[in-house]
Amino acid sequence: MLNIDNLHVEIGGKAIINGLTLEVPAGQVHAIMGPNGAGKSTLSYALTGREGYEVTRGTATLNGVDLLSLPPEARAAKGLFLSFQYPLEIPGVPTLTFLRTALNAQRKARGEDEISVPDFMKLSREVAKKLGVTQDMMKRPLNVGFSGGEKKRMEIYAMALLDPRFMILDETDSGLDIDALRVVSEGVNALRGPKKAMLVITHYQRLLDYIKPDRVHVLAGGRIVDSGGPDLALTLEASGYDRYKDAA
Amino acid sequence: MPAIKETIDTVESIAEYEHGFVTDIEMELAPKGLNTDIIRFISAKKGEPQWMLDWRLAAYERWLTMQEPTWAMVRYPKIDFQDCYYYAAPKAKIELDSLDDLDPEILATYQKLGIPLREQEVLAGVKGAPRIAVDAVFDSVSVATTFRAELAKSGVIFCSMSEAIKDYPDLVRQYLGSVVPVTDNFYATLNSAVFSDGTFVYIPPGVRCPMELSTYFRINAADTGQFERTLIIADKGSYVSYLEGCTAPKRDENQLHAAVVELVALEDAEIKYSTVQNWYPGDKNGVGGIYNFVTKRADCRGARSKVSWTQVETGSAVTWKYPSCILRGDQSQGAFYSIAITNGHQQADTGTKMIHLGNHTRSRIVSKGISAGQSNNTYRGLVSAHAKATGTRNFTQCDSLLIGDQCGAHTVPYIEAKTPHATFEHEATTTRLSEDQLFYCRQRGLPPEDAVALLVNGFVREVLQELPMEFAVEAQKLVAISLEGSVG
Repeated sequence: MLNIDNLHVEIGGKAIINGLTLEVPAGQVHAIMGPNGAGKSTLSYALTGREGYEVTRGTATLNGVDLLSLPPEARAAKGLFLSFQYPLEIPGVPTLTFLRTALNAQRKARGEDEISVPDFMKLSREVAKKLGVTQDMMKRPLNVGFSGGEKKRMEIYAMALLDPRFMILDETDSGLDIDALRVVSEGVNALRGPKKAMLVITHYQRLLDYIKPDRVHVLAGGRIVDSGGPDLALTLEASGYDRYKDAA
Repeated sequence: MPAIKETIDTVESIAEYEHGFVTDIEMELAPKGLNTDIIRFISAKKGEPQWMLDWRLAAYERWLTMQEPTWAMVRYPKIDFQDCYYYAAPKAKIELDSLDDLDPEILATYQKLGIPLREQEVLAGVKGAPRIAVDAVFDSVSVATTFRAELAKSGVIFCSMSEAIKDYPDLVRQYLGSVVPVTDNFYATLNSAVFSDGTFVYIPPGVRCPMELSTYFRINAADTGQFERTLIIADKGSYVSYLEGCTAPKRDENQLHAAVVELVALEDAEIKYSTVQNWYPGDKNGVGGIYNFVTKRADCRGARSKVSWTQVETGSAVTWKYPSCILRGDQSQGAFYSIAITNGHQQADTGTKMIHLGNHTRSRIVSKGISAGQSNNTYRGLVSAHAKATGTRNFTQCDSLLIGDQCGAHTVPYIEAKTPHATFEHEATTTRLSEDQLFYCRQRGLPPEDAVALLVNGFVREVLQELPMEFAVEAQKLVAISLEGSVG
């Protein structure tokens, strides 16, 4: 599925990721944990192709497709999705209009037919029901005036509608209260599947109680410094990241 | 929304200004330059009565004493008013019995622009397209006006200004210059002296105009100024919705367009005036393009009358334009909804004036300015309340969107309340189309041009909703095309 090999990323000439190697096979959920400034968000932006995140060495492929040579929209069409830590507001554009335009752009890029309006409406209602997204939220301009929790819920809603193959969740738990965390996590879990995979970026163990990872990696100083099973997250919660200072 | 999809398709299919072609046709031109002989020539060509010629000559005398305004935030080389043709007309039969007599080249031009001049074409029409009566102005003359017979049944007069001067002199004499006086400003005075043609509309009392009226202005000839004059009178309790569209060929020289539009709304009458202005904006280096120096004003003369201006300004090298409302009648209402887009080296200084004279008058201003490239976009607006105008209200919302880091957005609001009984609200925002938003859209699968089109259409949505449906789609496409190449 996702293969990252010896990835180096710079922002404005400053090295942030220094030789990161990671493999996430299909059907699995991997968690990336680490202290502030470890390069967690940089990794998600470098993979999705944000401008200013310069890959100086290394490779990243999704199902064998070289991601790094593609513009962001082409990576999205290949099935790569990022749930943003801070979802953007898009004034004047109703949520459903935005999502349908996005879905059709992806389908077009893949050489598929556009989804019809009735089919899309049906799909959007089914998904909305599961995630507790109201009709009102779907009609309002995307994320405008939404609370932090509502925005995160909309990210997962978009994820469910666009049906990506590889999902990166960047601190999806931040800004969520316990109830919202449960709803969002259930939504995420529903999207797990044998042909899909996820990378869950988080500071805290809390989210991993709901979204159970197959593997946990510790990112520090721009490299993976430790990997293990779900238990590693519990250890980290107890001991903190101090012991990785030297490893970084 | 299918319109957004359509926008995206259009952006993909059209690389640049699509109306830039020139129609090759024999023209009759007055000699270059401006003097009393030229004015007499224009007046004689149109077979005008003496009073009209006197009016023009008086305006010319006045104009000679006036100075070009320099207060607007626009920079352009000095215009040589003697190096310009003031009259250009297709050489053809003056009186047309039917459209079959119209030069096929002109007919083809309008077809190419997507403007139906043959009524049967409109009737057969594009699927689901509503019937719209069109007055087509080609350089200095009106070449065709459709659906006149049908409109006449309800008493609506819809014809060219030249015809109105001959056929309805009393109405013209009563109202022409009553909203924009001959002495109003440099360009309006120039227009009064040399105006060539334009549209005249009269809606009789209590009549709701049965279809949308529209005028399409086309500048074709080189070195020619277009000076059209439009006069719309909505008599008591009547209603009319009117749309104006404009295009011009691509030329390296700048061309002057100095129009005057006057609207008169009597008691309980309502006028909706929409403009989609797409004059040639010049090339990417800022060479050529139209100077659009236009005076548009409405007089809400009667009690409870209503006027709304909706404009989508995407073209012209330089725009200087302030569609305004004089709220004279008690409880009259004025509205101004504007989208002004500048890209490349375009400059726009546009806005409105809401002059509250009557009691309990209300006005609303929603202005959306978008600047891209190296352009400058200024909103300039005046809201004033007369000492005797009690209980007046205004709400102004003025938003600017910047795309890129080499353009400018400026907001210059003037607010004058001479009575304590006025409530004026002004809100303004300036935002930059952020890299964050753009990346967010691209991560969801939208190519950059589509993302900009979507974001910009979102920004202007509130104003687009004010346009008649069929033009809203057209305008939405135009918005996307105008910003072509502004990112990436």
